[in-house]
Amino acid sequence: MGMDSLIGGTIWDEYSQKVTELMNNPQNMGEITEEQAEAMGAKLIVADFGAESCGDAVRLYWAVDPKSDIILESKFKSFGCGTAIASSDTMAELCKGKTVDEAVKITNIDVEKAMRDTPDVPAVPPQKMHCSVMAYDVIKKAAAQYKGVDVDSFEEEIIVCECARVSLSTLKEVIRINDLTTIEQIVDYTKAGAFCKSCIRPGGHEAKDIYLVDLLEEYEKEKMAKAADASLSGNIAFADMTIVQKIKAVDKVIDDNIRAMLIMDGGNIEILDIKENGGYIDIYIRYLGACSGCASSSTGTLFAIENILREKLDQNIRVLPI
Amino acid sequence: MKVYLDNNATTIVDPHVFAEMEPFFVQRYGNPNSLHLFASETHKPLKTAMEKIYAGINAPKEDSVVITSCATESNNWVFKSIFFEYILTGRKNHIIVSEVEHPSVIANAKFLEAHGCKVTYLPINSEGMIEAHTVRDFITPKTALVSIMWANNETGAIFPVQEIGNICAEAGVLFHTDAVQAVGKTPIDVQSFNVDYLTMSAHKFHGPKGVGALYIRKGKELTPLMHGGAQMGGLRSGTLNVAGIVGMGKAMEQAVDALDYEMHEIRELRDAFEDQLLEIEDTFVVTPREKRTPNTILISFRGIEGEAMLWDLNRAGIAASTGSACASEDLESNPVMEAIGAEADLAHTAIRFSLSRYTTKEELDYAIEIVREAVKRLRSISSSYAYTPKGHVSGLDSH
Repeated sequence: MGMDSLIGGTIWDEYSQKVTELMNNPQNMGEITEEQAEAMGAKLIVADFGAESCGDAVRLYWAVDPKSDIILESKFKSFGCGTAIASSDTMAELCKGKTVDEAVKITNIDVEKAMRDTPDVPAVPPQKMHCSVMAYDVIKKAAAQYKGVDVDSFEEEIIVCECARVSLSTLKEVIRINDLTTIEQIVDYTKAGAFCKSCIRPGGHEAKDIYLVDLLEEYEKEKMAKAADASLSGNIAFADMTIVQKIKAVDKVIDDNIRAMLIMDGGNIEILDIKENGGYIDIYIRYLGACSGCASSSTGTLFAIENILREKLDQNIRVLPI
Repeated sequence: MKVYLDNNATTIVDPHVFAEMEPFFVQRYGNPNSLHLFASETHKPLKTAMEKIYAGINAPKEDSVVITSCATESNNWVFKSIFFEYILTGRKNHIIVSEVEHPSVIANAKFLEAHGCKVTYLPINSEGMIEAHTVRDFITPKTALVSIMWANNETGAIFPVQEIGNICAEAGVLFHTDAVQAVGKTPIDVQSFNVDYLTMSAHKFHGPKGVGALYIRKGKELTPLMHGGAQMGGLRSGTLNVAGIVGMGKAMEQAVDALDYEMHEIRELRDAFEDQLLEIEDTFVVTPREKRTPNTILISFRGIEGEAMLWDLNRAGIAASTGSACASEDLESNPVMEAIGAEADLAHTAIRFSLSRYTTKEELDYAIEIVREAVKRLRSISSSYAYTPKGHVSGLDSH
């Protein structure tokens, strides 16, 4: 948690000077009319993104030179909070003079960086990062309209965290390579989930198709499935097995090698628990029937059990009768 | 000019309240539960303050008005106690709250829900009102508690707590009301109807922050939330906040004295301001004004996102709110706007202005000017508001 989170934010105080100025006096606010575009010899593009009911909506106007594909003029209108206005304004500014193909490469991160006062200090607090995402999306829509293609054709990858622009493939890879098991780790490694937090789990600011918790769960299942497959084919080290697999493996070794002898003597053995203890794997057992009173149960028989388990499964096994 | 129109979030401490509190920091700092002279000199002021708080809600001496740290604690106490006494033991399995309660009630309802209690979230109607008869419809033999706020923090809607209290009494169900927004704005008399628990908070009526209270009717005592040194008769342990209690007592006394002023003069100021706001086109106010506390307006400006509006007002020194201040850090739409069934497009356009007895006509005259300017500017930026008449050329040659 930490002190900053305990006090909570006055989010407006975290805006850069540039953001504040653009909110108060946006430079590219307005429309481009059909006549104005025509006067420039340009094609007019008007693209909408977002919805008032979601709290954010933006409309982007482009006048594009059809010969060079260069965006001659770029304007916006926006229903949204101040940061939405400032990032829409910055986005419109960044589009100017670029070709449509170049403009599509502008991301929300470029927009946010352009609004910084100093290179290392974010222009907006984390929970406002999603406002700039809209700026990115509306550009794609405008470009798709201009080129007469589907908007998805610009997105080569599935983006899970739009604020930090982290793709599904990157996330899967980082989780797998680093064996990540918690949301905090994902945030540390990738910055996904660090901003508006919508992508972490359902119930955030925006509904998502894929959440980070899903990816963790998927990876966890993958690991389990792998362990199960490997154990079937006998290709897995005892230490890497799940607890259930370990119990089964121990039971099988005892079944194959020891249990029959114990039963012949009117006794038996049951496995109570398996715990990792420093470098050792401790297997807790209990003798049943005749074995429970037998002198050999704490000496000869015990050594025999321990030896066979060490030989078949893992050298670090210790057998502890209860 | 600085104008504070966010009095449902918190209020200025009345200077008389502050003056009464002051001696209890440096001069009379004794722990009232000690035996020596330092303790005894705090005792009389404490008693006087408690008498004022009792008097403010007309609570009889045999009932308990337990001082807590805030309304959130008072509300938590009711719900957690109900959980331990009724839900955990399996005696009851259901509670009823309104869908527009303060987060300190909603979050508690969700907590109980997560622990196996059934919760009915009572809907408000299109006027933002709770209809008392709906409470009766949802009560079952297994209902432990009904908790409905006296006045809503966002709209100011005054809910029919007397009627609801009596329905609960008939059904043998405990009734709690969060009266945080009602104290000082509408008369409160716990003897005039059935209410078992009633939450208050000093800082909402010109008292200090960090002190609240829970009224508990005799015979309806709750399992303590705060265990410890058995202060407050063992109901709420913790060293008594003498200065805070003295402040709350004085604030309560003044709130009662000023009630008439709030209900007439402030109401008139509010109504006049509201009339001016409604002259701006494409606006609407939630809940008819005669059904509201005298100080509150929740108004929607079509085409303008609430936070952008607050930004423009703030630039000119005016403090208002988009809803509950507790929620200002997250970016959700206004729950009341959703609950009254307003068009989805308006869910993010609500602004709350809340006055106090310190609000003046001059302040409101200034505020209306600023609101008009802000509406004009923000609608000209808005992508969804057709502010620019059709055919008019704007944009390239104008800023």
